[in-house]
Amino acid sequence: MTITVYVPRDSSARAVGADEVAVAITAEAARRGDDIRIVRNGSRGMLWLEPFVEVDVDGIRIGYGPVQTADVAELLDAGMLSGGDHALRHGVVDELEWLSQQDRLTYARMGVIDPLDLADFEANGGLIGLRKAIAMSPQQVVETVAASGLRGRGGAGFPAGRKWQTVLDAPGEQKYICCNADEGDSGTFADRMLIEGDPFTLLEGMTIAALAVGATEGYVYLRSEYPDAGTILNAAIDAAHGYGWLGSDVLGSGRAFDVHVRMGAGAYICGEETSMLDSLEGKRGMVRAKPPLPALEGLFGKPTVVNNVLTLGSVPFVLAEGADAYASRGLDRSLGTQVFQLAGNIKQGGVVELGFGVTLRELVEGYGGGTASGRPIRAIQVGGPLGAYLSEEQFDLPMEYETFAAAGAMVGHGGIVVHDDTADMARLARFAMEFCSEESCGKCTPCRVGSTRGVEVIDRITQGEDRKGNLTVLLDLCDVMTDGSLCAMGGLTPLPVRSALTKFPEDFGLTAQEVSS
Amino acid sequence: MTERSLSEMPGGAPSDAADPVAARLETLALARKAEAGPLMEILHDIQHEFGYLPESATPVVAEVLNLSRAEVHGVISFYTDFRTEAPAEIAVAICRGEACQAVGAESLVGHAEATLGVQVGKKTADQSIELEQIFCFGNCALGPSASVAGRLRGRVTPEVLDAMIEDARRGAGS
Repeated sequence: MTITVYVPRDSSARAVGADEVAVAITAEAARRGDDIRIVRNGSRGMLWLEPFVEVDVDGIRIGYGPVQTADVAELLDAGMLSGGDHALRHGVVDELEWLSQQDRLTYARMGVIDPLDLADFEANGGLIGLRKAIAMSPQQVVETVAASGLRGRGGAGFPAGRKWQTVLDAPGEQKYICCNADEGDSGTFADRMLIEGDPFTLLEGMTIAALAVGATEGYVYLRSEYPDAGTILNAAIDAAHGYGWLGSDVLGSGRAFDVHVRMGAGAYICGEETSMLDSLEGKRGMVRAKPPLPALEGLFGKPTVVNNVLTLGSVPFVLAEGADAYASRGLDRSLGTQVFQLAGNIKQGGVVELGFGVTLRELVEGYGGGTASGRPIRAIQVGGPLGAYLSEEQFDLPMEYETFAAAGAMVGHGGIVVHDDTADMARLARFAMEFCSEESCGKCTPCRVGSTRGVEVIDRITQGEDRKGNLTVLLDLCDVMTDGSLCAMGGLTPLPVRSALTKFPEDFGLTAQEVSS
Repeated sequence: MTERSLSEMPGGAPSDAADPVAARLETLALARKAEAGPLMEILHDIQHEFGYLPESATPVVAEVLNLSRAEVHGVISFYTDFRTEAPAEIAVAICRGEACQAVGAESLVGHAEATLGVQVGKKTADQSIELEQIFCFGNCALGPSASVAGRLRGRVTPEVLDAMIEDARRGAGS
């Protein structure tokens, strides 16, 4: 009987040798005359265990990891193909606490299925949401999404249902669904993993959105740093065409919808929705002033839904299981689950999907197991390069949009980057300004000029040049950038800078009193 | 702009059959002309084929899409990926995002600069290797991340980076 062996093709797994391991297992099994079939699945998200190899033993999957090519012969000697014991064996994958305690809705199929096998997708709950949406009126679909409380997962947290309603109500024959897959924030990789590991879920969400608002064309704006995701997504689109899902008659509904993939070209700012639209149109990725809202005048001036990968990827669950099922997770106005990403100096990095309200400490110390270096945690940056640095006394805050905003921080895309006690917070604050000056689109002065001046002023402070005077200038500059920038790039860069200053003034050669006065 | 005035300019002459590069550029641009907002797609295609954007790409693409050269140049210069000179044989790209910084990306960059003898953004004297900085490969749980000749690796130590470069050199030489 053919034994199925899963070796992830996720690019993080490949970056630590998954391809070589897949080749080695194939060769070693052939040498022994073992009849195996390798499935290149998505990653389960336990990235510290990658390459994480799973063997299907009578329908139960047994996991081994991290597997290196040098381990393969020994693993097969130990009877890996029948679930045999070995130092790298972790047991029944579904029973691993790290996974089983999560609440995987958006990531339900991650690592479970063959990413490009539509039958596997359907056998695991795929397309149920879309079929339900086809049977509903557009207004009912929009109301379901609104009732679920789903908010934009790209960082801003705008209610998805309200955005869809605006597009549904907008007049016009041509409307678009644009998926923002320009996941440029350091510490975030959940969009990439979903596209590589379960691309049909994204396509299903986009198709539901299209039916809801009356769009016939969709674009995925994918960053060029993610070539594997592009390959897989294009293959998934081809498969969906072949199945009669995408194209002129979506699953026999009589409605048309098609999806195109467009590659970015290395501009961080294109993750901002209006500059992404300009870039999709083939232009410089310059931020647009709002209004007009993209919902009314978006891509090529037409009504457009712009949603993040995970927002669209959460929609199939909402339709399949109902708004209440989704809204039963979470806290206050942050409903549903968030796909948190544990990154940076972390022992057990990866993806944890849980309802909003989990604390940073539970994520980082519980799931993450503390730092990779074994040293104490000094600061955690949540929400990407534009998110605040949090210190120890804030680790028990519930991860929830409003609570974080009230604390001068942001949940953002759910990226969590851990720094140990060797981190130089003044250098990281300077980096925030430097990054902004590097990546600013240049349209508005506070962002373009302010960030350059920010680097200079921080340098003066750390070099001891009129520290108090320059601190005043820096804080003033932060105010101007916050209040005067056109988009979040310039507007939020002061967040990491200010938080680093307030929490870790000693790194700047300042005292807490000087910073707070 | 007329075709004649174009051909009088340096790097111009899009329809000059005697210039195979210009002819090929025109073919690539025409292939996507009918798509919505195709400029970036065309530039990607050209760069994919040539490895960079030849000087004549700007006037040829501008002509085909009925855009000004300034518009095309503006797009090329806006995006980090688009390059107007031939790349080195081997690109060494190191992530400098915060997550990789938290596990030693800066010392990895320092090591690469010292061993290759170049600053970030520059090519080695023999033009064979170019050192680049990247802001995030999306491999943030297994940093530091670096890619050599398009191959991404995680948990890159200075020794691993040296081995990656050595591998690429051997691959390029064979």
